[in-house]
Amino acid sequence: MHEYSITESMLSLALEKAGEAKAGKITRINLIMGELSGIVDDSVRFYFDFLSKDTIAAGACLCFEKPATRLRCRDCETVFTPGNHDWACPDCHSAGIEIIAGRECYMESIEVT
Amino acid sequence: MAVKVITIGEDILGANEQKARGNQKRLDQNGILAVNIMSSPGAGKTSLLLRTIDRLKPEVRIAVIEGDVASSIDAERINEAGVAVVQINTAGGCHLDANMIGNALNNLPLENTDLLFIENVGNLICPVEFALGEHRRVLISSLPEGDDKPYKYPAMFADADVVLLNKIDLKSYLNFNIDAFQKTVNGMNPDVKIFPVSCQTGEGLESWFSWLESTLKDKKKTTK
Repeated sequence: MHEYSITESMLSLALEKAGEAKAGKITRINLIMGELSGIVDDSVRFYFDFLSKDTIAAGACLCFEKPATRLRCRDCETVFTPGNHDWACPDCHSAGIEIIAGRECYMESIEVT
Repeated sequence: MAVKVITIGEDILGANEQKARGNQKRLDQNGILAVNIMSSPGAGKTSLLLRTIDRLKPEVRIAVIEGDVASSIDAERINEAGVAVVQINTAGGCHLDANMIGNALNNLPLENTDLLFIENVGNLICPVEFALGEHRRVLISSLPEGDDKPYKYPAMFADADVVLLNKIDLKSYLNFNIDAFQKTVNGMNPDVKIFPVSCQTGEGLESWFSWLESTLKDKKKTTK
């Protein structure tokens, strides 16, 4: 159900922007959804199909870019990809980390005709 | 026909965030501190609220918004404790959103409230992405869930102002490394306050009550 509300918001944002541009049809929606955002693409596509029916976004191609999780050590500033059960810095072993990528959930652009 | 690219670069949940800011403004106008309580199902959200109401109620005017997928069991328990409560049933939805909170605020005595608890739907994934207009986020994690939860749900732990580690009365039965848990959570979120507690025995709850009381005091200062 998480994806349902995400898809609803995403569609209404796309329709609003396409409306402002007086577009006749939305052909593609480019989304950036990080690994940590917990969003399942297939589920978004599923909801999109029926939510977009009878709108100018019907049939649009959904393109997902999924940035991987990246962490930065607060002590030595090393940037790294965490292991499954180990978020400590691989260089200085500090547990102090900051999530710098992976939580993205935004619309980069739409393509319209 | 020529394809035109429109650059957007906007958060997909921007509309929710805008509504959340509206809710917060309304809460601020009434001098209310709003606390969003999140956890997995069964970690102890309602038990914590009942303990907290019992302790603070004479001095602090409390209201509660209860979010559940279905049923009003929790709202009934809160209602018996004698505070204003609104139940939101999300009908399958796994989180509360700002719009639901806006509607619930219409049914609460805002002018007679100091502290609003919003008990979110039990879930460690999406509630963190939906701002409600709250001033503080409290996450309850409990010993039976295991000490690896911060790695599995990092966003939840990274955004919390307070983490209550509940059910510490079960410590001797479970293989939960409290020190390692605290170190991991502090690593992800250096400003977080972690309180090990038991809503069953009451152990550790004094620190939580003190935190709430001082946060309420700070809120009153900024309202005046």
